[in-house]
Amino acid sequence: MTEISTNQMAFIDGSRLITEACVQAGAQAFVGYPITPANLLYSYANQRYPVMMAAPDEITTLQWMTGYASLGKLPVTATAFPGYALMIESINMAMMMELPMVIILVQRLGPATGTATAGAQGDIAVVHGTVSGGFQLPTFCISNLNDCWELSAKAVETAISLRTPVVLLTSKEMVMTQMSFDMSSLIEIKPKAWKYSDKSNDYKSYDVDESLVPEFLPVSQNQHQVRFTASTHNKAGILQNTSPEALDNSRRLKTKLDLHAQEFLYYEYDQQQEAETIVLSFDITAQAAREAVLRLRNEGTKVSLLVAKTLFPIPERYYDILNGYKKVVIAEENNDGQYRRFLFGNQPHAHIKGVNVMGRMIQPEEIMKEVQHNG
Amino acid sequence: MDNRILIDSKDLPFCKGCGHAGVAQNTEKALQKLGYDTLDVIFVTDIGCHGIIDKSLRSHTVHGLHGRSVALAGGIAAGLTPESGKKVIVFIGDGGATIGMQHLLVAAHHNFPMTVVIHNNMLYGMTGGQPSEFTPCGFNTPTAPNRSAMGAIDMVKLMEGVGAAYVSRVSGVGDFSDELAEAFAQPGFSLVEVMEICPSYGVKSNPGMKLKQVVETAGLAIHKSKNPQSENHRPAYDGFKNSLLSEKLTIKKEFEPVLKGTVRILLSGSAGEGTQSAAEFLARTAMLSGLYATKKGHYPVTVGVGFSAAEVIISDQPIFYTGSTKPDFMLITSTDGVDYAMPKIKNGNGATIILDGSLPIPDTSAKIIQKDLRSKVGSRNAAMLSVFTLIKKFGILSEESLLTAYGRNKLSAKVPVETFTENLD
Repeated sequence: MTEISTNQMAFIDGSRLITEACVQAGAQAFVGYPITPANLLYSYANQRYPVMMAAPDEITTLQWMTGYASLGKLPVTATAFPGYALMIESINMAMMMELPMVIILVQRLGPATGTATAGAQGDIAVVHGTVSGGFQLPTFCISNLNDCWELSAKAVETAISLRTPVVLLTSKEMVMTQMSFDMSSLIEIKPKAWKYSDKSNDYKSYDVDESLVPEFLPVSQNQHQVRFTASTHNKAGILQNTSPEALDNSRRLKTKLDLHAQEFLYYEYDQQQEAETIVLSFDITAQAAREAVLRLRNEGTKVSLLVAKTLFPIPERYYDILNGYKKVVIAEENNDGQYRRFLFGNQPHAHIKGVNVMGRMIQPEEIMKEVQHNG
Repeated sequence: MDNRILIDSKDLPFCKGCGHAGVAQNTEKALQKLGYDTLDVIFVTDIGCHGIIDKSLRSHTVHGLHGRSVALAGGIAAGLTPESGKKVIVFIGDGGATIGMQHLLVAAHHNFPMTVVIHNNMLYGMTGGQPSEFTPCGFNTPTAPNRSAMGAIDMVKLMEGVGAAYVSRVSGVGDFSDELAEAFAQPGFSLVEVMEICPSYGVKSNPGMKLKQVVETAGLAIHKSKNPQSENHRPAYDGFKNSLLSEKLTIKKEFEPVLKGTVRILLSGSAGEGTQSAAEFLARTAMLSGLYATKKGHYPVTVGVGFSAAEVIISDQPIFYTGSTKPDFMLITSTDGVDYAMPKIKNGNGATIILDGSLPIPDTSAKIIQKDLRSKVGSRNAAMLSVFTLIKKFGILSEESLLTAYGRNKLSAKVPVETFTENLD
């Protein structure tokens, strides 16, 4: 950020920061179909990405993105649930082919087309279940304007370095609300370079070293044959039935993320000594949680805060933190406490409490009330 | 090493008598005629019998989802530069072309530089011989033994309809490498539909029927057409674009703040009447005094009708929660605005409402100030006048900051500030 000097207050929305951060981090194309409430991201993309491809629908979007990524160029899209639902099979394909991309999912009120102009955090379970077979996509969730900047860049970096689609989860109020913001707080973003294989011979598209990430070569080069395959395949990328080599390759898609989990672990832990209660939140609700915690402390209540920014795969670190508290309050704007259930299962636990609403933002007072409630 | 550039194995993985083998062999021959090297070619295939050719190819291969190979290849073709010298070829079946028909139309419409070869054996072969949209009238399949009079979609005509640069239909018998070579040589989009009969399901369900007879009966003429009007494909590279962040976005503190604490304002009016602009103006005015501000919009999915509301928070402290459940002020400029804000109006104890003079006074414990907004400055400027009124009457921001901010607002070029200042009580 060379253009911005210190204390540069601007009135800005998150979509602008996300777009600029993705491009600065190395994204080269935006492919998409305009859908509320992701339409600001589409509009900014038109002004900023080197390449803008207006797709006729979301299946085409993901297919174009995957083809584009096979050339060693990172594509980004932005959508909401109706579009994401159409993308799911193709996201599986890109994940299986190990072609990187960033999918920004701006949550709105469902089910179905629901209310396009109302925010929500109801797509946690959909994102968790995107990939068939017990695999996860690295999923980051933006909790404020600084995250719009930093996590967007991390999403691009993670996609390229781990060769995987990454979901950048957000919601209507996070990307459309304008807020006063100090642009001098933006950290420098460096473009993430693709690392190409320099093997002189014996290149196989899905052969790996100890990093478990296959070395990349684009289909635009003439040195080695490259195969990208959506079906179960061996190291050479040749379609197989259920051969041991092919199943090992599929299992690697999970262990690859496990091995590198610490490299994409992002969270904010605001610990208060002697606190026995912790509030966990994410997305725009994290802002209500921050305010609630501040006000509770001003009133003399001891409480800690965990803002989850890496949602999936669920970081073990979250359990290290949460297990140190007698009471955990999880605030999320959906009907059933989706992230709470992924963290702790469907069985009720006396010390795990949810603050859940639909169709409006969770208020700080609602979180405060649950923290102060005995039992 | 033999001189084959495409096919790695003499034994292709197809049923005996399958036309797919002929397509692969003729493709090999066509590429040789055109002088391509092995890794000049990017083959994109998908699910279906044709797709198992993949493992027998020496070129780059991309193997995707059923019916989506044309869209997948479109992303590759759009990202390649003409200088790359690459040839993108899609192999797809008639079943895949049925599933992804829109992708075919879009690829032709965009004139992506690629060739699509439809292996049209007139049914879904891999899954048991179900009919596709390419199954012609009178042609039986195992799951449709008494196929009705419904005819096949004529893909060639359809592609001509969307302006495909080059399209042809050939009989998949014997040597048709010249026809393929001609298609491969096109600079933009080309499509070849190769007619075949599936030996496993087509022949058995239609004993004695010959390919030529099926094609002629169905009226699927063997022919080709070019569209000279089709524009050459332009690579999807638009070049460098300026940063979205610049000094121009910054709002410097120019005035001392009047406000101590936090004030929440709801503007509620009708779409197209400047509610969002007035709310943003109010927030920006506050920032001229070094205050923090947020603005959250509410509107239905319709663009030009219905309510339009915005919640503005102004504070001398950083703002976390950007919602506003209990506003201190409500600026209501239309009937739509009243309807939207009614829950907050009813629960308005302690709030002040600036209400357009044309609107009936609602049942509320909030303090009501009726003010002629719409009748004084028109519906499009009523929200802005309500903001001027708020600042003038309640002094939450200085008048100097208000006038300075308005002078920088694009509305000032069309509506002089006196329109508002002369209509303040």
